[in-house]
Amino acid sequence: MTLAPPAISFQDVAQVFATKSGPLTALGGVNLEVAQHEFVAVLGPSGCGKSTLLRLTSGLMMPSAGQITVLGLPVTRPREDVGIVFQQPTLLPWASVEENVVFPVKHTKGRVGPAHRDRAREILETVGLGGFGKRLPGELSGGMQQRVGIARALFLNPDLLMMDEPFSALDALTRDEMGYELLRLWQASPKTVMFITHSIPEAVLLADRVLVMSERPGRVIADLKVPLGRPRSEESLRAPEVQEFAAHLRSLLIKPAKPSPKPEAA
Amino acid sequence: MTAIPDTSDTAPAPSKAAQAGAPQIKPPLRERLIETPALLPGLTFLLVLILWETLTRAFQVPTYVLPPPSRIVEGFGAVSFARWAEHVWSTFRVAMLGYVVAIAVSLPIAIGLAKSRFLTRCLYPLLVVIQSVPVVAVAPIIIVVLGTDDAPRVVITFMISFFPLVVSMTTGLMATPPELIELSRSLNAPAYREFTQIRIPYALPYIFSGLKISITLSVIGAVVAEFVAADAGLGYFIQFSTSMFKLPQAWAGLFLLVALSLLLFQIVTQIQKRLFPWSLPKETR
Ligand SMILES: Nc1ncnc2c1ncn2[C@@H]1O[C@H](COP(=O)(O)OP(=O)(O)O)[C@@H](O)[C@H]1O
Ligand SMILES: [Mg+2]
Repeated sequence: MTLAPPAISFQDVAQVFATKSGPLTALGGVNLEVAQHEFVAVLGPSGCGKSTLLRLTSGLMMPSAGQITVLGLPVTRPREDVGIVFQQPTLLPWASVEENVVFPVKHTKGRVGPAHRDRAREILETVGLGGFGKRLPGELSGGMQQRVGIARALFLNPDLLMMDEPFSALDALTRDEMGYELLRLWQASPKTVMFITHSIPEAVLLADRVLVMSERPGRVIADLKVPLGRPRSEESLRAPEVQEFAAHLRSLLIKPAKPSPKPEAA
Repeated sequence: MTAIPDTSDTAPAPSKAAQAGAPQIKPPLRERLIETPALLPGLTFLLVLILWETLTRAFQVPTYVLPPPSRIVEGFGAVSFARWAEHVWSTFRVAMLGYVVAIAVSLPIAIGLAKSRFLTRCLYPLLVVIQSVPVVAVAPIIIVVLGTDDAPRVVITFMISFFPLVVSMTTGLMATPPELIELSRSLNAPAYREFTQIRIPYALPYIFSGLKISITLSVIGAVVAEFVAADAGLGYFIQFSTSMFKLPQAWAGLFLLVALSLLLFQIVTQIQKRLFPWSLPKETR
């Protein structure tokens, strides 16, 4: 395992955008490493460059400075073995659930074979949407739509799964349920997950490791292992050391000037 | 843990049977009238026609000012059916040709504008200038340049109907959520599929509102062209009849023109409804 290249590695990565009001430094020197099959949460305030980090990893944009490698190779363009789940379900509203799941193949190859349809049905089954294949996205709830988005990202069985605040548009109950569901999927088919969030409980529930980012220009200000084994449950989250860990994350996110014990505002 | 169906945010819809079992409470009459299809608009039309007929007769309005509907109906008889068909066909042909040319020209322009900011900066001002030229005023020039057959009339129709198409198509093509474009790029797919599989379908609601505006504009364009130079067509017929003071038949021609416009509009609406129901707002499906 030690010889395998890291799934993701950033070396002094900076990203500067040209905007109307001059250059904007979104990321100012990010260093990080994610091992293969690790579940890493990236936690940071809104606007600190989390989505930028994910786009860079996915090869959707090139860094202004620094080096990014995925599975040992420099990132020069999007890779087939990286799946993305967006904050919004980002589905084609005119296409059925199944058509949306096979979309990666349809989009790259132009057509879809029966084997792909079987695979789509199988994936839909695993995300709890068996029998919903013929529905249109508009007929599903927000949670179910996001499951379709996850199914589509898993369709090509990627080695890396990039998730950009995938549950933040959902209500609290659905969000918890989706979290456990995601863990189940991840344990059934191990892959490297980079999970972007601004919710501390979500990061603690899901991740092996939490990378905390500063306000813009974003940097990684803390790299912390979650003191929790797997599988995880409501109960294991209530352990005192976990509570302490969450409090520590909170203190990192909230400016030290006011160490208020307020519950996390998601 | 097996897959759990997502019940947390899907409230079960009350079934029809449950609703039928509920005590029968009728909505107020006013609501029911509003919901009855075609009832209120139909009644309004009828009322207008009756008022029109009675008032023009009561006040003995001269027919060259406003003929009563009954005289207009007689006006239909002034010309043979074959002659009417010829006029309708002529206007219809020019309107459709101009419309099709407008669609064929505006789609590539819209794709170019949506794809390249560079092209937008170059082309858009030019398009606005073309749109600002009063077509009625250039029509005589176009006729002189292109002769007197269908070609100048199609060009005039095209000029009147293409701008709304370019604007609506471009707006539509730009309205795609950026995440879907990112999804497309993350898949390394051929670039044209971003348009064929994502942007164009996404733009359809916008494209159809442009198509609906433009189809009525293309009828107007055909009539404008016929006013300037033609020997057939409803526009030509109306102008000719008016100059001969045959007002009832001019009004009859006008009625046909409106009917043609409405029919074409309905055809576009129905195409959208049948082929792309998801592109309509929910309550109109
Ligand atoms: N393509 C872009 N052009 C200009 N500025 C951008 C672009 N993408 C992001 N930004 C800016 O960079 C900062 C970080 O954005 P983002 O990565 O989306 O933050 P987060 O996901 O943490 O909320 C924001 O201030 C945003 O306005
Ligand atoms: Mg973001």
